[in-house]
Amino acid sequence: MTTVELGMPDAPTPIDAAIARSLEQHGPKQTELKGKDFKTDQEVRWCPGCGDYVILNAVQSFLPSLGIAREDMVIVSGIGCSSRFPYYLNTYGMHSIHGRAPAIATGLAASRPDLSVWVVTGDGDALSIGGNHLIHALRRNVNMTILLFNNRIYGLTKGQYSPTSEVGKVTKSTPMGSLDHPFNPVSLAIGADATFVGRAMDSDRKGLTEVLRQAAEHQGTALVEIYQNCNIFNDGAFDLLKDPATGPMWTIPLEHGKPLVFGPDGASCVVRDEFGGLRIAETNQVDASEIVVHDATREDPSYAFALSRLSSQDLRYTPMGVFRSVRKPSYEQMMAEQLHEARLQGAGDLGELLAGGDTWEVGA
Amino acid sequence: MTGTNPTVAPVTGAPATTVPGSAPGGLVKSVVELDRVVIRLAGDSGDGMQLTGNRFTSETASFGNDLKTLPNFPAEIRAPTGTLPGVSSFQLQFADHDVMTPGDAPDVLVAMNPAALKANLGELPGGGLLIVDSDEFTPRNLAKVGYATNPLEDGSLEGWQTVSVPLTSMTTDALKDSGLGKKEAERSKNMFTLGLLSWMYHRPTEGTIRFLERQFRRKPEIAAANIAAFRAGYNYGDTTEAFTVSYEIKPAPMKPGRYRNISGNQALALGLVAAGRLSGLPVFLGAYPITPASDILHELSRHKSFGVRTFQAEDEIAGIGAALGASFGGALGITTTSGPGVALKGETIGLAVMTELPLVIVDVQRGGPSTGLPTKTEQSDLLQAMFGRNGEAPVPVIAPRSPGDCFAAAVEAARIALAYRTPVMLLSDGYLANGAEPWAIPDTDSLPDLRPAVGFATEPNGSTADGTPEFLPYLRDPETLARAWAIPGTAGMQHRIGGLEKADKTGNISYDPANHDFMTRTRQAKIDGIAASIPPTDVEDPDGDSRVAVIGWGSTYGPIGAACRRIRSSGRKVAQIHLRHINPFPADLGEVLARYDRVICPEMNLGQLALLLRAKYLVDVQSHTQVRGMPFRSAELAAVIQDAIDSTSASLNGAPQ
Repeated sequence: MTTVELGMPDAPTPIDAAIARSLEQHGPKQTELKGKDFKTDQEVRWCPGCGDYVILNAVQSFLPSLGIAREDMVIVSGIGCSSRFPYYLNTYGMHSIHGRAPAIATGLAASRPDLSVWVVTGDGDALSIGGNHLIHALRRNVNMTILLFNNRIYGLTKGQYSPTSEVGKVTKSTPMGSLDHPFNPVSLAIGADATFVGRAMDSDRKGLTEVLRQAAEHQGTALVEIYQNCNIFNDGAFDLLKDPATGPMWTIPLEHGKPLVFGPDGASCVVRDEFGGLRIAETNQVDASEIVVHDATREDPSYAFALSRLSSQDLRYTPMGVFRSVRKPSYEQMMAEQLHEARLQGAGDLGELLAGGDTWEVGA
Repeated sequence: MTGTNPTVAPVTGAPATTVPGSAPGGLVKSVVELDRVVIRLAGDSGDGMQLTGNRFTSETASFGNDLKTLPNFPAEIRAPTGTLPGVSSFQLQFADHDVMTPGDAPDVLVAMNPAALKANLGELPGGGLLIVDSDEFTPRNLAKVGYATNPLEDGSLEGWQTVSVPLTSMTTDALKDSGLGKKEAERSKNMFTLGLLSWMYHRPTEGTIRFLERQFRRKPEIAAANIAAFRAGYNYGDTTEAFTVSYEIKPAPMKPGRYRNISGNQALALGLVAAGRLSGLPVFLGAYPITPASDILHELSRHKSFGVRTFQAEDEIAGIGAALGASFGGALGITTTSGPGVALKGETIGLAVMTELPLVIVDVQRGGPSTGLPTKTEQSDLLQAMFGRNGEAPVPVIAPRSPGDCFAAAVEAARIALAYRTPVMLLSDGYLANGAEPWAIPDTDSLPDLRPAVGFATEPNGSTADGTPEFLPYLRDPETLARAWAIPGTAGMQHRIGGLEKADKTGNISYDPANHDFMTRTRQAKIDGIAASIPPTDVEDPDGDSRVAVIGWGSTYGPIGAACRRIRSSGRKVAQIHLRHINPFPADLGEVLARYDRVICPEMNLGQLALLLRAKYLVDVQSHTQVRGMPFRSAELAAVIQDAIDSTSASLNGAPQ
């Protein structure tokens, strides 16, 4: 039997040893990468024209800018069209089960703070079957980035309404229109005290990349809602915002430190309402000092929440960008600190632990 | 666990010798030597009976007796005071020889109130010693449980040696100068009672005094009151004329070594910490609180200095999900729960089967179905553990046989999980979890080295068509069929796994019919192949030629063992087969079963192991079952076994049955 150094908890673990061996074999971490380095040999199998392709391309070209080696990234997904994502990225990945990706990613991120952990999920996966895991991941603030592809429909099961579908949605399971009121994912996340919440459009490569960049840099749980077109079961769901004719009218771009003015010629703006919330006003009807200057770093989530409530189910007045980005200690850091603190009191000695407090000796 | 010595015949609790002694004040007291005693302490949930029982257990363990305990408490945290549903009890058997059970029935019953008397008296055999707190037998308390007259006065307790003691008022008298109010002083009556029992059974008292000082170090006046009450109880026994006899139970011969008292949940938690140290892997527990498993979470959360991470999840599913995520990252992932939690974890266990990652799932079984009997024991999750998932999803199942054995079973579960890259079900139960026994503390050098089982892959193990080296996550070890395990952070080994069917070797998604058939059979073959790494069937047959065998698994080991001893002491022959590994079974089990004319299988369910044995070996197993939320009584089992032996020999001899 090999001697196990039972009294030495800080001896290198097999994890450290494996990583050290890998460094010996491959030299220092490869962090200067190109988009193609993140591609895999797997054939991408989404429907032609799906918004997921656009997001995949944006993510593949964005990832190299993070300067993180591929082997230090893990993509965890649940079930649904979006959840095929990990197969197409040359990182570590797990395509798990419906709704549970945030829970699985939590265990991974909490036990391996050295990794960059990403969750890819959809509106059904994250908000219906996995709603519980999502809100708890957000409140815990485990270091991971959650990309929530919202196409407002169940695609993989062929077209039932989802928890983000607008009321009255006619689908295979709701021939007379859906009855339930939808979630606004951004409101939900802010309600769960998420420390980072953003929203982007699949087709807006620049805007999406900027939100992703900020999300990836955030220490703690970051949620990015990505409006994604399902051209088979819910085509044109976001056309109001995508159409160059109507988009600028209804989109409120969020830029930290900038006044919330939008629309053609900056005709519209956001001001405070009499109840402490926010409302839309015509820019020429209000004094410039009344226009709200966007501050994503406000500790109190009420402002970000009020922003998220400006939009209606039909997408008019939809803020896009980073709603909220605040600093709080992240879960895995605090967990590591507790472990460190416990070890300062004395490294665990297995023999002592097994003996416990009260023992007695039986002689031969 | 304590070793069993089949050559030591059990002896009854009859007095062996009487030694006159003297007490202060000239009162002559005698000391009676006993070989074993079963004591049951019963009171209201708020009376501290579990604490009293645990303290008496510790005193008894450190004195050197062998023992087994049976805590029995309601699921309600505080049922209405003085009512039958609020009765909490603690039974222990201790002896000068090795004991296998907490005893079928008490020799001594301590009843702290009328409810405790009513709920337990039926199980105290005639002539047994009954100690009651007479202060609590008030008209109001009697009425609460439907006593029309006071049993202490109406002669209904004449069949027992009843000692009526005003425990409450003697406690408050003893504490009248303590500065505590009456209500607060009354709370120490359990320590007064413990003191009295400690005198009666010659228990060492220093441990309890140290314990009270430690427990209440921030409330020295409470510590002082409890110690005063404890001493007053002891001195009362020494001086009162109510008790003229005290009892001595000599230490039991045990294998040399250092011992401690340990409960099943404690031993299981320590086993998991040890498995982490033995494998070198950080332990990650994802768990949601559930009775009777929560104590494992509590215990593990105290061992952060061993690098143990505990995560209290939002639900059972997240508990196992996080554990599996940690396993993917190279930790020893563990989730602990009870039956209802296993039901929720089923889909993730299936994912662990498909992704072939190590994971230990601890199910501390309780009465079911549904919420069932949360605080009572049962073995009814065996088939759920075996089959409670969609698809062909084989999972190894192992079970400890005694509280102390939970330690070794936990290490074994981790061994299998790591070596075979598989989720493993570890089936404890409420009786093992809360029960306690003396445990020979293992020498850490004697524990198995689990490092070779880990073997993280760091180099490509295959190559693509054009000769480029590549990592094949589903390339298997030819011997164990375990797949290659590479962890994030290892360069060049990036791969994706998931719940969709895997192509052989590459692990890519595959819907190919032949591949699915192959992979399904391979996953099954991997689990079946674990049999090659486990010891042969454990058969205890001192005579060697028994024609009847009793087979069990898990916590029935003690009651079955005690029943077999009774059978043997009556001159009959019986073999005891006890299974640690239920999936896969030991390789020789079929052969072993075929040796016997009759096989009896007692279980605390409706015959789940019997079903598996019949299905696999075509053996006509006779199932004997009980689901009363309590362990088997060994006398009852002995009767069943004796019937089987006598009818077997009668039918084989051609005599009329």
